[in-house]
Amino acid sequence: MFFPNMKSLRSGIIPVLAMGLTFGLIACNKKASEAEDKEILIGHYGSLTGATATFGQSAQKGIDMAIEAINTSGGVLGKKLRVITEDDQGNPIEAQTAVTKLINKDRVVAVLGEIASSNSLAAAPVAQQNRIPMISPGSTNPKVTAVGDYIFRVCFIDPFQGLVMAKFAANTLKLKNVAVLRDIKSDYSVGLANFFVENFTKMGGTIVTDISYSQGDKDFTAQLTAIKAKNPDGIFVPGYYTEVGLLARQARKLGIKVTLLGGDGWDSSKLWEIGGDALNGCYYSNHYSVDDPSPILQKFVTDYKAKYKGTSDSIPDAMAALGYDAALVLADAMKRANSSRPDSVREALAQTKGFMGVTGNTTLDSNRNAVKPAVVLEVVVDAKGNGKNVFKETVSP
Amino acid sequence: MESFLQQLINGISLGSIYALVALGYTMVYGVLRLINFAHGDVYMVGAYFGYYLSRFVQGRTPGHMIDALVVMILSMAGCALVGVLMERLAYRPVRKASRLTLLIIAIGVSLLIENAGQLIFGADPKFFPQLIPETHIKMGGLMLTNQQVIVLVTALALMILLNLFIYRTRTGKAMRAVSFNLDAAKLMGINTDGIIALTFALGSAMAAAGGILVSINIPGIDPLMGVMTGLKAFVAAVLGGIGNIFGAVLGGLILGLAEVMVAGYGSSTYRDAIAFLILIVILLFKPSGLLGKGQVEKV
Repeated sequence: MFFPNMKSLRSGIIPVLAMGLTFGLIACNKKASEAEDKEILIGHYGSLTGATATFGQSAQKGIDMAIEAINTSGGVLGKKLRVITEDDQGNPIEAQTAVTKLINKDRVVAVLGEIASSNSLAAAPVAQQNRIPMISPGSTNPKVTAVGDYIFRVCFIDPFQGLVMAKFAANTLKLKNVAVLRDIKSDYSVGLANFFVENFTKMGGTIVTDISYSQGDKDFTAQLTAIKAKNPDGIFVPGYYTEVGLLARQARKLGIKVTLLGGDGWDSSKLWEIGGDALNGCYYSNHYSVDDPSPILQKFVTDYKAKYKGTSDSIPDAMAALGYDAALVLADAMKRANSSRPDSVREALAQTKGFMGVTGNTTLDSNRNAVKPAVVLEVVVDAKGNGKNVFKETVSP
Repeated sequence: MESFLQQLINGISLGSIYALVALGYTMVYGVLRLINFAHGDVYMVGAYFGYYLSRFVQGRTPGHMIDALVVMILSMAGCALVGVLMERLAYRPVRKASRLTLLIIAIGVSLLIENAGQLIFGADPKFFPQLIPETHIKMGGLMLTNQQVIVLVTALALMILLNLFIYRTRTGKAMRAVSFNLDAAKLMGINTDGIIALTFALGSAMAAAGGILVSINIPGIDPLMGVMTGLKAFVAAVLGGIGNIFGAVLGGLILGLAEVMVAGYGSSTYRDAIAFLILIVILLFKPSGLLGKGQVEKV
């Protein structure tokens, strides 16, 4: 008889399966606790693919460099640090899934991420609920750290950034009428646009029109034509680099010649490739400038260039520098807490004062935000897409 | 006033792309009564063929326009092949099955192409090399680029050629016969399998042309770009009367104009919503579409 009947299946196969599973689970757990004794697991979630891919990739490179440096000089508390990375594709739902997996399956003691505020906002409640500290390298929307006391960031926040660009537009560029074009799908863009509008109007400027596009849009000609009709002397576009590049090109095609202004979401080497010379002479606010003569920064730039020589992106951008700092701040907190337990690390993180990072003196205030100066950079790019950022001015809080 | 004219041009440009893709939907529905949901992804594949071909071809031929022409023709041919393969492998085996089965298979093929695209091409947006250097043309207060003119002219030319083919040639007559009644056409000695394959090939070639024309103006392409465009082109086809070639063109133009007007004068948040609102309205009030004729099903 070839086919066993159901009864024999049930009495034979199932117990075998059950035993196999149990042994398997025991073996897995054993491996995990063995690993715990030798290394400290940290999670990193970021957008390694998608329209904001350079954000996650740069942060990853910065974090890897920091971890390598820490491990070479002995690690933390005698153990090596290991980073487990998850790609969230720039999508908030994926970000939430990634952090859930890092915390529950990989059992990390802390999480680094994300750059984009919408993704941080989606994932932060998971970290807070599980009492795992999360450090965002580059999310600037104030709502992120408001999620709970386990959420930190090592960068400035948008109320400050909005003020910086408003001041720059009004005082340095002497613009009077500005149009605002915001990304309605991004918490960062909406928040930053609001702060800019608030400050620019306070300084006496006029917002001639305030319209929006959606992240993922490719065609902005309708919005740009409407903006052109209002004849502004500048356009504030606080979006991410892919859309900014595309819409800059379309703006120039429509004959819009005025300056475009933006925020740290522009910071990517892909901005020059996508936007070409449409963005030449435009300005945006950022966390750091490669031209800054500070010795710590220049050493970081040299080491980064050496480590990533030959890859497509060997000059560190702000996200790489912030990723680097975030990892170092975490390691520093663990050393001060003399423990890698999440709650002790959280206590130490909250007391971070005067930490000299690549992006400047990092002190976390009572809302767990860093108070740091911003720089304004000018985009210089030729028709072939070779570009660089030129430092224009620093604005302190 | 010039802003309105500019928006009109934007709308017609966008509308011609929707029209090109809608033609594929409408032709396949005409012969097979199948809504080929994977059609939007053929548009995406066309754009990617164009991307790789452009990188290869750029600078190798004596003129920029020749570069673009070569890329367009090769891409269209490539996608025609993709369309024929799709029909042969996914739809022909189940042609006798119920319409629902065919529909579900179409959705499956669509998901397959999208995810395969993400695996093969990578999920990051790629940037179409600029084949034709940009020059600006000023007409009064209107600002046009030579690229926009090329897109409009090419789309128009393709639509006219397709129209001539379907209404003035014998093969075209065969296609129309098959769309009236498949079995009767077979009885008349028409090679229905071949005609169906040809329909898919032509529709896919139109979609590929649409994909390349779009990429000339908006150089960012990614594996999911076909999703929204495909859906809107489907709405355009339904709006004009699915199964009707002129309907596809009319539907595409109306949809493009509506979208641009909403985005420019209303709120751009609703630009995608307008397409689906139109779909709901047309299905409620004139389900056969603007140019479609009501079909009476004899039981």
